[in-house]
Amino acid sequence: MIPSDLAQVITPLPVLIPMIAAALTLFAGRRPRLQRAITVLALSVVLVASAALVRLADRDGTVVLQVGGWGPTERGMGPLGITLVVDRLSALMLVVSSIVLLAVVFYAIGQGIRDGDGRQPVSIFLPTYLVLSAGVYMAFLAGDLFNLFVGFEVLLTASFVLLTIGASRERVRAGISYVMVSMVSSMVFLFGIGLIYASTGTLNMAELSVRLDDVPEGTRAALFAVLLVAFGIKAAVFPLSTWLPDSYPTAPAPVTAVFAGLLTKVGVYAIIRAHSLLFPGGAMDGVLLVAGLLTMVMGILGAIAQSDIKRLLSFTLVSHIGYMVFGIALSNQLGMSGAIYYVAHHILVQTTLFLVVGLIERQAGASKLERLGGLAAASPVLAFVFVVPALNLGGIPPFSGFVGKVALLEAGAQVGSVLAWMLVAGSVITSLLTLYVVARVWTKAFWRSREDAPEGHLSGAAPTALVDNTEDSMDIQLADRDDVGRMPIGMLVPTGALITVGLMLTVLAGPIFGYSDRAADEVLDRGQYITAVLGEAPR
Amino acid sequence: MTTYLVALIIIGGLTTAGVYLLLERSLIRMLLGLLLISNAINLLILSVGGPSGNPPVRGRTSAGETVTADPLAQALILTSIVITMGVAAFVLALTYRSYRLNTIEEVGNDPEDTRVSQLSGTESADEIEERLEPDRMRDTDAPDELDALPGFEGSR
Repeated sequence: MIPSDLAQVITPLPVLIPMIAAALTLFAGRRPRLQRAITVLALSVVLVASAALVRLADRDGTVVLQVGGWGPTERGMGPLGITLVVDRLSALMLVVSSIVLLAVVFYAIGQGIRDGDGRQPVSIFLPTYLVLSAGVYMAFLAGDLFNLFVGFEVLLTASFVLLTIGASRERVRAGISYVMVSMVSSMVFLFGIGLIYASTGTLNMAELSVRLDDVPEGTRAALFAVLLVAFGIKAAVFPLSTWLPDSYPTAPAPVTAVFAGLLTKVGVYAIIRAHSLLFPGGAMDGVLLVAGLLTMVMGILGAIAQSDIKRLLSFTLVSHIGYMVFGIALSNQLGMSGAIYYVAHHILVQTTLFLVVGLIERQAGASKLERLGGLAAASPVLAFVFVVPALNLGGIPPFSGFVGKVALLEAGAQVGSVLAWMLVAGSVITSLLTLYVVARVWTKAFWRSREDAPEGHLSGAAPTALVDNTEDSMDIQLADRDDVGRMPIGMLVPTGALITVGLMLTVLAGPIFGYSDRAADEVLDRGQYITAVLGEAPR
Repeated sequence: MTTYLVALIIIGGLTTAGVYLLLERSLIRMLLGLLLISNAINLLILSVGGPSGNPPVRGRTSAGETVTADPLAQALILTSIVITMGVAAFVLALTYRSYRLNTIEEVGNDPEDTRVSQLSGTESADEIEERLEPDRMRDTDAPDELDALPGFEGSR
């Protein structure tokens, strides 16, 4: 058993350890083996710590750490310093992210070893990756708005570097628009922070949720809208989502996988917090429902038009953010619970699919559907690791996507308004279209023979590795042909591990859904959070 | 809370100019726009921090002020200045790289997006793929399915 006092020690670890490890890996820049050992060790420790936090938060309720002991000076007042808060929701997000981050780092190392030990992963890859994970964890742990902002900035700055790694023409072009859009969203967020500070005089989320109740209705709605725009850009909610399919596909496969899995979900997490902790009462639910519907439908329609698998998956990513917005905007317990379960499911499945695209590139040398064919015959293992997460994404019954979607549909039916029923219909259609999209990839890339692919003779080129994604490397290079067609075990095993974890969400659907139910209760009943931070009633 | 009109007007002006610059394609102008907006926000945080006053240190006073200044607003501004500066440096490096690669520092279009949007309804990628091109080389004297295609009737 884990003693409760230990919570105070464990809570800051997910931020501290990756930061320290990032510094150490920078020092070890010339010794790749040491770098990898430090990274894997640090991320494993964080995984253990966050698993312990899940247990603690589920057993003892919300865990609060006043950093440096700068807690509240008197009862009911906000703390003086930085507060880290772990409730069931953030503990779940922590543990899922640390699973994904650990698996992807193994994958990246596996890919790098295959591509030649000396140069790749380039020596800044692992330190930047660690900083990114520290930022993600910080955002999930943040107990005040400004710390959330800092967490966002840390992960964004690291993501700028990871997205433009190698600085090829294509990546610089995509990186510029990504940097600009992200900075605009940060500026809007900071604007919101300034306005909230003006109207309440505090930034601590627990204290804010008390004080915002006294703010006039119109001002509250305006503040909420500013925050929603900022978080909506980060989460890629429809009118603010166009940056995502433009920038994500150019990055190397492991980077895209982590971005797709985690970065948008940090935005969704922030929306959950703003919606239920800071501004309860559903002032913006109508807007959010419409935005959710449009996100689902427009995203999946965009995916149908694509012929590059990475871009296609980026569009399904946007589309499925709509499901989470749908669950949040229903403002009932089942909707929130479904949204939380769906976030966990979607982080795992979307990351896995992007990793599989990396394997396809390795196997066939291309990710364009025009150039792919005959993969099912060429590599049954690859076909298997594609089809399981693909069906999961489409929401076929035994898989976790189905469980999450059913919960959301039920929650929508419970609300029963016209808009809610429209969303129910929209999410069913989106689910079917997702199935159509992944089936299209399946029939083109896996079933038909390569001779039938219009540009099939062009594939079989060298796979795009971490640094070379230039125009030239896309063409055939006969000398590199023997690289193609062999998937290194170091890339295959992490993918398989993530698929297994994704399947665990189905096998253990009962306990996990029970957990997300309790998490949703805790999120919707703000009392526990506020009491835990402000200490009005001693636990 | 009281605030000064001048500060608000400056905040509004800087933000307007910043948004205008951000909508340009030239990277340097976008960066300048970003910096203007971030300065506007810093000014906003400063002005919501309340009036000036004594330093927030025990036992220190300044020019007979009666209230204590809000230290939090200034801490927030410092953090945001540092972050903006780091990102500005990164954007400048990206700009230079983009200039070296393209000899122009403007944001380019997404080529794949352009390609997909140019596919009209009749010529979507699928149909291009599935349109069978008759292969004249493989034609034999025996009757085959190619003979049914218009223009190939007499190929036997």
